Amino acid sequence: MIIGYDSFRPRTFVDAFQFMADHPGLMWDKTLEHLEISGEAMAVALVIAIPLGVWLGHLHRGSFLAINLANVGRALPSLAVIAIGLGVFGIGKTNVVFALVILAAPLMLTNAYVAVDGVDADAIEAARGMGMRSHQVLLRIELPLALPLIFAGIKTAAVYVVATATLGGVVGGGGLGDIIVNQASYFLKGVIAASIAVAVLSFAASFAFGALQWAVTPRGLQRRVKTIEPDVSTGIVEAATS
Amino acid sequence: MSSFAAGAPPPVIPDFGGPPGGKEGCIAKNGTFCTDWVKEHWDDILQPRLLEHLEMTAIAVGVGFAIAFAAALFAHRRGWFEAPFGTFSAFLYTIPSLALFQLLVPFTGLTLLTIEIGLVGYTLLILFRNVLVGLRAVPAEVLEAARGMGLTGRQVLLRVELPLALPAISAGIRTAVVTTISLATVAAYITPLGLGQPIFYGLQTDFTTEFVATGALAVSLAIVADALLVVAQRALTPWARARRHA
Repeated sequence: MIIGYDSFRPRTFVDAFQFMADHPGLMWDKTLEHLEISGEAMAVALVIAIPLGVWLGHLHRGSFLAINLANVGRALPSLAVIAIGLGVFGIGKTNVVFALVILAAPLMLTNAYVAVDGVDADAIEAARGMGMRSHQVLLRIELPLALPLIFAGIKTAAVYVVATATLGGVVGGGGLGDIIVNQASYFLKGVIAASIAVAVLSFAASFAFGALQWAVTPRGLQRRVKTIEPDVSTGIVEAATS
Repeated sequence: MSSFAAGAPPPVIPDFGGPPGGKEGCIAKNGTFCTDWVKEHWDDILQPRLLEHLEMTAIAVGVGFAIAFAAALFAHRRGWFEAPFGTFSAFLYTIPSLALFQLLVPFTGLTLLTIEIGLVGYTLLILFRNVLVGLRAVPAEVLEAARGMGLTGRQVLLRVELPLALPAISAGIRTAVVTTISLATVAAYITPLGLGQPIFYGLQTDFTTEFVATGALAVSLAIVADALLVVAQRALTPWARARRHA
């Protein structure tokens, strides 16, 4: 728990940037650790959730599971999941990565499912009429058309993972959270500096996946990408459909 | 200490009968999850913290909804207001919760107020966006028909726009509630209130069951709250389901 606290002046924000300049090594190390934890969690979650979501969407099966997983995933209190992970895996990075995967995978799975499941039936019929097999329909028609929504889920998950990795600090998981939970050593200016770094990292993660999306989207669809980008996981689209 | 004690008789440790389950039991061995501990401390730790947690969540979502609803109504009438309030609430949302609570401490101290300000701040974005999206999604023809029937601006809002926006608004409340339940556990970092308190306390003492059991309780609370809100949402807006199945 918090031990003693620093006074706060408007100058503290200036001091935060001064803190970054004074401790480049610390900031850099913790940022890299933060990226490593988030990156590992994102990689595991991507490998589990995207193929499963896309496959279920392709088969139009398991809608109950796929839709409700995201709701459960969003509802899970992150600190509680980390606490349970700590009991199972012990102190260290593994339990934070585990918790982040549990929190991120459902968001991705649901978006991937809804994206592929919702691809225009006429387009699929046309593809079948052209003689495409099931896997060709999936790879050439469904996936490209589903990309915007799949990536919307990935971006939301990335922002969520980077922000939540901060909580790893309370269980010795490393990353920028180490600075944020140690106000006694780094003062408020350090806490603010690390928070700014977390915010910048989450924007950067979202931007990076946006760039990846642009790179993997076929030319002909690229212009539409910017206009169609609903995100199932914010609850707004859900409101419109339920 | 050991050298000081060398040669001296072993210290007398009074036997209180040991923890529940005995000296070889789960608690004495610090097992991952001991049901004995949960039974023993349900009344003095888990239940009071659970009630505090519900109270903190209810206050935050209640106050957050009042602010966000008023702001969304205003933004619906005066379009220019959406950008500044939206940006402000989105900015609040990007601050890591652990840091936001610490930043508020110099102003409001280690109090419930500090926690509530933080929690309310996080609900604003979700509720503001959902109320506004709900109001905006009302079809123009419907509004025109309502006006054509002679309804005044206030009547259009109360009898047409708000009922039609209800699915979006209740979805926003549901998201806000589960988000707040999650963030309220983090808030115990500042003030020993709610289910986060046994988690942080357990983390310091290394007694595993305390934080695992409380974590499991927090997870159950969030899932049950989410499920109850879905039921409430469906009961409130029966026409939304009827339309979907039509």
